[in-house]
Parts: sequence; structure tokens; C-alpha cells
Amino acid sequence: MTSARRKSYGVKGAPYALPSPTTTLKRARSAPYFFLLPAVVLFALFFALPIGYALWLSFRKVKVSGLGLGSGARSEVWAGLENYTDALTDSELVDGALRVLGYGCIVVPVMLGLALLFALMLDSDKVRLAPFTRLAIFLPYAIPGVVAALLWGFLYLPDVSPFYFVLDKLGLPQPDLLDGGPLYLALSNIAVWGGTGFNMIVIYTSLQAIPAEVYEAAKLDGATPLQIALRIKIPMVASSLVLTFFFSIIATLQVFNEPTTLKPLTNSVSTTWSPLMKVYQDAFGKGDIYAAAAQAVIIALVTLVLSFGFLRAANRRTKQEAAR
Amino acid sequence: MPITKRSRLVASTIAVVLGATALAACGSSDDETEAESGPVSLTYWTWTPGMDKVVDLWNDGPGKKDQIKVTVKKQASGDTLVTKILTAHKAGKAPDLVQAEYQALPTLVSNDALADISKDTGEAKTRFADGVWQQTTLGTDAVYAVPQDIGPMMFYYREDLFKKYKLDVPKTWDEFAETARKLKKASPDTDLTTFSANDSGLFAGLAQQAGAQWWTTEGQKWKVGINDAASQKVAKFWGDLVKEGAIDNQPMYTPAWNKALNTGKQIAWVSAVWAPGTLTTAAPDTKGKWAMAPLPQWSGGENLTGSWGGSSTAVTTDSKHQAAAAKFAAWLNTDDAALQALAKESGIYPAATNAQTSGAFTNPPEYFSNQADFYTQAAEIAKSTAPSAWGPNVNVAYTTFKDAFGMAAKDKSDFVAALNTMQDDTVADLKKQGFGVSE
Repeated sequence: MTSARRKSYGVKGAPYALPSPTTTLKRARSAPYFFLLPAVVLFALFFALPIGYALWLSFRKVKVSGLGLGSGARSEVWAGLENYTDALTDSELVDGALRVLGYGCIVVPVMLGLALLFALMLDSDKVRLAPFTRLAIFLPYAIPGVVAALLWGFLYLPDVSPFYFVLDKLGLPQPDLLDGGPLYLALSNIAVWGGTGFNMIVIYTSLQAIPAEVYEAAKLDGATPLQIALRIKIPMVASSLVLTFFFSIIATLQVFNEPTTLKPLTNSVSTTWSPLMKVYQDAFGKGDIYAAAAQAVIIALVTLVLSFGFLRAANRRTKQEAAR
Repeated sequence: MPITKRSRLVASTIAVVLGATALAACGSSDDETEAESGPVSLTYWTWTPGMDKVVDLWNDGPGKKDQIKVTVKKQASGDTLVTKILTAHKAGKAPDLVQAEYQALPTLVSNDALADISKDTGEAKTRFADGVWQQTTLGTDAVYAVPQDIGPMMFYYREDLFKKYKLDVPKTWDEFAETARKLKKASPDTDLTTFSANDSGLFAGLAQQAGAQWWTTEGQKWKVGINDAASQKVAKFWGDLVKEGAIDNQPMYTPAWNKALNTGKQIAWVSAVWAPGTLTTAAPDTKGKWAMAPLPQWSGGENLTGSWGGSSTAVTTDSKHQAAAAKFAAWLNTDDAALQALAKESGIYPAATNAQTSGAFTNPPEYFSNQADFYTQAAEIAKSTAPSAWGPNVNVAYTTFKDAFGMAAKDKSDFVAALNTMQDDTVADLKKQGFGVSE
């Protein structure tokens, strides 16, 4: 370090005195903490504290005596694990989880498959109007989930949908998309429509990062475009695929907007269709924030275990392959 | 599905907690330490449109004289506001005055959120029908709110199409079922109406008409009668109609429902006095073609109706100026000028009996210009409202209704089974909270 640079660190009132080596060291040691402070404070205030409060609530419950009218009839008491055992034995929460699982089995493969396909197509040399196509596929992601669900909801309702009008005129069968099995397709369709563009951009970006020499070498070796795509491109963007898969699992487990928006349109979507809807219903419909907090904690844990479990498994595989 | 990196779950948990803080910040009366004689400033949470204009009348008139100034804070309607009030009350910062639907009053009272204003409401009681007033006392000596508007139920039908299909306006529910069947025969694609499972208030009102008492008290215990004989009768009646396909089973308030009403695919609607407003937006093309009649009865010669909707003005226990707030609540809902303004600016149907035939209610609603005596009839029907009985967990019963009856309507299965689910869930919730429950 030059002395000229040191001067800028000079202590107030003694501009020419050089700080002793120990103070510099001390300051250097505390500096990172100082810079971390805003982030730590914000994290504690808006992240750790609310989570802590939710945890605390999940171990509490309300206790009413008699008719519960008048002051002092209602008090908050310790519930132990009661809210948790209630949540885990509640068939509605488990059913909701199963429904979401079925929904995820459609959404994740279809959405990521399409995203990969579009990304590969856009990345090929022969594509025309690439920027426009890229934007067109990405655009639905920019539409808020609730608006998208509302839009599709109108298209699913036989009496107001132009599709049904056309099917009717052509004398074709008109399936009820808001009931039974087709309902899962209808919900998945909204998610796929909205999410494909985002995942495509992630994969496409990492495709662009592959050095051109790799393709050149492959072409010299006589590889066809299809072989390049299957043997070079897909393995090289594997990490992006893992990432998009990871995001998609989390988003699927937390599906809320689409079924909530479609709910008023049909008898088939209950107020507790997905686990998060059940949390919302218990907290704001039934006013039982304690049970809702316990369910929220359980869902958070499951999400954490599933997504990080997948991430670790995926990482281990990539490392093994790299070692080979 | 927007893919977010941050766990949305965590976000919503935070939202819940922050919501509580933010709401607490909305409370206003914590900085007022003046004695009751000095100027008083009150905050009023309401969803009624145009309420600020009505409150201006108070602030420039009686309020100015008494130095009581009221500020309106516009809110979301119904159950959402109940949750918000309870959250704010938890922080001790609920506003001075709140709007609350009748069925929400026991929930609010059992959370100790509403103040007893019996000594400050004076002779207000005399201005309301007994059945309406009783909802604000919960059967005690206390008064927890002043009634504002009511929703007596009525039968709405397409006059022209009833003529076309040669149908008579049903006087009893048996005739109603016959009418539905007759219509189905005359025009298979047309439905008399639909059984909608997305508004619990409609079914509650129908059960009320049949004489159901869903929540009653026995000493220090609640007795839940959601599956009592009267309610079972109503559930079975509608369940059978849905099962045989005499009426539709799709929910109301959807684009499809609007279209069905607007194009004559559905030609009647069991609704309440506020229906003209809904029909104006749902079925604009059929203006002037509808008519209103009293609700069909369970036995000839009876004359009863239920209520669907309606709300009251209540004072919270957090208010530091409960007497002043009660004075305003009484003025708002009994003063002639205030009631006129409420009818004009907010389009509400007043609970105060003498206001139902005065001023704004001499002419029929524009949508029903063909029925000159609309409001005279409405006032007569309002008098025949059966007593209602609400309890401390109406929200739970209503939520269960939507899911259980939604499923039953979809599958065209047993409605009485759905009613039993509603009863069981409601009782289980009361017990879980520790209420005394009589079996």
C-alpha cells in the first residue's frame, strides 16, 4: 500500500499522522461486519422475526370459556404440538398435497420440456425472427398470475368461451374443462403458458454461453445438428435444467393463484384445493391463525427438504460425472 | 405460474405478520387524550360506497355542534373486514366505528372487539323491526351495534318469459318445484334458476325462512342446529331439484351466470332486496322485463321470508370515545336526513322501518321501472322476516358450506349429508376453541 492511498484513511484532526498498524487491523476486522449490518438488520426484521413469530404462533391456541361473550372469555394458551398433530392428521391437507402432486406431475415435465425445446430451436442457426419469437414466448411470464388465470378461466367457461362456440358450430364434443381430470389439465395449462418463457430464457442464456469452438469441433467430427443438440447442448446446460427444475418444484408446491382464481367459476375447486389455500382459508376464513401457522411451517419444511434434497442429489451426480 | 426464487410461503407468512403491524398503524385514536367534552375525532371502517358524503352531513351538522368529527376509511366488504378488525383489535388499535354484517356480530363480540352501547343508543330501538334489532343484542341486555341495512329475500322472475312458457308465479315451494319441472319440459335448455354453493348467505336465509335456528344458547352453552329439521327440509328440497336436473347446479356471479340471466337461459332468481343492483350489471339487456314477488312459502297461508345480507354500525372496545361513537352510529341509522343520503349516495335498503317507504323509496329502482310498487311491496315483505340466530363461528359454517355443498351440487349427491358435514365441522370448531357446547 502506498502512503498516498493511506492518507485517505487518515484520522480526523490528525491528517498527517499515520494510523498505528493495530487500529488499521482492528478497523479492517470490523469493517465487514459494518458493511453487513444493513443486510443483517433487514434480514432479522423482515425475515427471521416473522418466521420466529409464525413458529411461536404455531405452538399456541385460543381458549374460550362458556358462551365466549363479553371480555376475558377468550385467552391465548400454550398448545404444544396439538396444531401439528391436527394438521398432519387432517385429511384435507394430505388430499391437497396429493392434488398438487398430480398437478406438478403434469406441469413440471411439460413446462420444462417445452422450455428446453424452444431454447434449442431458438439457439439453432436456421431460426428466423429469433428476437421476436423469444419475446413472444417470454411475454406470458410478464402477465400477473391472477390476470392469466382469470383470462383462461373465461376461456374455459362453455357459455362465454369462443373455443366452445367454434366446437359447437363444428359439431364436436365440448369437454367440461372445469371438472374432474380435465381440471388438472386446465390448471396445468395456465402454469405452463405462464412459466415456459421464463424457463426458456434461463436455458437459452446458458446455451449462448457455450463457446463456439465446441460446435466447430463437433461439426468437423461430422455431428448432425440433432446430435449436437442431444450430445453437446443438453449435457452442457444440465446445471440450468437443474436450476429450473428446482424453481418449478417450489412454485408447484406453492400453487395458489390459479386455483383460487378459478374457484368462484366452478364447484370443483374447493377452498382447500391446495395446501397453501388451506393455510389461507384457516387463517382468514376460519380465523384460526394458530393452525394456519403450524400448517405453514410444515409446508415450508416439506418444500425445503424436497427442493434441497433434489439439489444435493443433482449436484452429486454432476460431480460424479465431472470426476469420470 | 410465476417462478419466484423466494419462497412464497415465507412471503405470505411475513405478509400475515406485517399485516398485523400495518393494520395497527391504521388505528387512529391513540393520540387523543382530551376529555369527552373537547373535540373528538373518530375513525370509521366501512365498505359502503358514498359513505364519505353521508358522513360529511354529520361533520357539517350535528357533529360540528358536538365537536365530534368522523373520518371514513374505505374497506373491503364482509368477512375480509372481520378478519382485519380482529387483527387490529389484537394490537388494541381497532378503529372507533366499524361496519359489520349481522352474522359477524357474535364473532366480534366473542373476541371482545365490540362495546356495549345500550346506554348511548337512546330510543333507536323503536325505529327497527324486533327481528332486526334482536340481532344486535345477541339475546342479551347489551346492544352491540345499530342496524344499518337489511336484505329481506324475494323471488325475482322474467315476467315476459313466464308468460311465454305459461308459468305461474309460485306461491309455495312445491309450486316452485313444479314450475321448474314444467319449464324443463317446455324448454329443456332453459333453467328456472340455479343452486349456487358459492354464497352461504343465500342458503342461510332460506333456512331462516323455514324456521331454522342455527345457533341458540342454553345457559352457558351453545346449541348448534344447522342440521335441524327445517334446514334439512330446505337442503333436501334443493338437493332433489338438482338431482333430477330440474334446475342448474353452477355457481352464481360467474360470467356464465351473467350470460344465462341476460339471454333468458335462466329466468328466475331467489334473491334479496338488493337484487336490482346486481341485475343491472349482470343482465343489462333485460331491464324492465323482470318482476319481483314474495318468496315462495313452505305452506300456503304462511307469510315469511329470510334475510340475505344486511349490516350494522358498531363501536369497538378499543375506542376511547365510545359514547360519542355510539351517538354517531345512532344518528347515521335513524336520522331522516342521514337515511335519505344513505339511500341516495350508497343505494342501501335501510333497516329503519319508516325510512323504507319515505323519500328515496317512493319510486321503484330504475331496473324495475315496470313495477311501480316495488318498494311498497319490499317494505311489506321486510316486515315478515323470520328471526335469525347467529353464533360465534358463522365463518367456519359458511366456509364448510361452500366446500360441502359445492361438492354435493357438482356430484348431484345428497345435500342432507353436506348439511351434516356443516353441522359437524361447526360443532368441532366450537369445541376445539373451548366454547361450551350442548349436544
